[in-house]
Amino acid sequence: MSELPGDLRYTKDHEWARPGAEVQVGITGFAVEQLGDITLVNLDVKVGDQITAGKTFGTIESVKTLSDLYAPLTGKVVGVNGDLANKPELVNDDCYGKAWMIAIAPVDPKALESLMDAKSYGEYLKTAAH
Amino acid sequence: MNDAPLRRTSLYAEHVALGARLVPFAGWEMPVQYTGIVDEHQAVRTAAGIFDVSHMGELRLRGEYAAHVVDYLVTNDAKKLVDGQAMYTCSCNERGVILDDLIVYRHTQDDWLIVCNASNREKMSAHFARAAKDHCQFEDESDQTALVALQGPRAFEILARAGGDAGGLVELKSFHFRTATVGSVRCTAARTGYTGEDGVEIFCAWDDAPALWRTLMEAGKPLGIKPTGLGARDTLRLEARLSLYGNDIDETTNPIEAGLGWVVKVEKGDFIGRAALMEIKARPLPRKLVGFEVTGRGVARHGYPLRGLDGQEVGICTSGSPGPTVGKNIGLGYLPTAMAEVAGEGPRDMTAIGTQFLVDCRGKNIEAVVVKTPFYKRAK
Repeated sequence: MSELPGDLRYTKDHEWARPGAEVQVGITGFAVEQLGDITLVNLDVKVGDQITAGKTFGTIESVKTLSDLYAPLTGKVVGVNGDLANKPELVNDDCYGKAWMIAIAPVDPKALESLMDAKSYGEYLKTAAH
Repeated sequence: MNDAPLRRTSLYAEHVALGARLVPFAGWEMPVQYTGIVDEHQAVRTAAGIFDVSHMGELRLRGEYAAHVVDYLVTNDAKKLVDGQAMYTCSCNERGVILDDLIVYRHTQDDWLIVCNASNREKMSAHFARAAKDHCQFEDESDQTALVALQGPRAFEILARAGGDAGGLVELKSFHFRTATVGSVRCTAARTGYTGEDGVEIFCAWDDAPALWRTLMEAGKPLGIKPTGLGARDTLRLEARLSLYGNDIDETTNPIEAGLGWVVKVEKGDFIGRAALMEIKARPLPRKLVGFEVTGRGVARHGYPLRGLDGQEVGICTSGSPGPTVGKNIGLGYLPTAMAEVAGEGPRDMTAIGTQFLVDCRGKNIEAVVVKTPFYKRAK
């Protein structure tokens, strides 16, 4: 299992969120490991869209299966990573960096604090894995 | 599914040691992948892959009338087989729908082996046992029999390095088998497979499988062998357009519409399902299983509806995934042979090559086109 970046916040659906004015969102190494080879990332939102925590903003396809992508926060979409459309393999290569998926300007920046930190997410994974 | 504990093959410890991800499959805990589906898929296409398929069922029929019993339960002509020859076939019920797809092996006129799908073992075991009653001996040997597949262009080089008389297996013709010694393991090797590549499937005693597995892994190491899980097995068989029971064929489909008419020999004499299959063959087929490519951005999956360009639901996707070798998103599905098309044009055969249609990927209609299959065919 790869290291969990300490500066990120995490959800039970295995998304991460990077604190800031614009909160970048992606999926965790655990999610990538479960999915295997990623072949398609479909981001169904565009800049300016409103997005609600817990609602899907796209789908990700691996060779084996399809998985939904869930917004970790409520807010406005301020960025969409266009590179993933043609380079889905970025998710396998660099899930916490180049494979960020969308950026959200949260309605309530404090909402981030209700997400798990790296330590809690690490513990959550231990229980989720069994 | 029931809550019975999952069963493990005798290779379970090997899978764990190799870092496999194990998943429940037909009541078994089986490796879905080791290093990654694409990586394993490519290894089988370019070098070799080794598969644990010990979960499959092995049924044995022996005795003077064994050949008749087997032939009566399958759609293909078992009477055509010679000693040491095998064939692919369906087994149907009296309505002509598919109970299972099988490989039938003729050891001798009085000694037959049937290999069935793990998910159908109880059903097929009971089916053959019932037919054998009072006619020949029947034994379900599944619990004593392990099965390891070695597939890929380097499979026979690996066998040659494995020791014993395994090197000579390259002389086996397709769908033939013989007893062999691989390393020091006594086994039966058949030139068959489920990947679209050349190779063998090797039966041995349940507890001998780890020795067989390690021998092949060791011999294959310098040649690029990879342990291969069910994930790659599925993408490999799909590219080769080999049917998967429970996906493409089941008790709601008949062999004719599934493209398996070549294993239905109504002229061979009586067998279960013959009358129904003759009737099916005598009339135009309402639907057929076709191969397709998804041309839009999406991956078709088992169970997704297929729609005409007007959005009307017309069929169903039975298998779908990215095809790592063909480099496209591919699938199989049932489409109608005669659809009422736009006014004045009359009925149209949607199964024709080049037909455009839509795959309903969870509410998004993605373009697809009917293509020729197999999607992948190895160079001879």
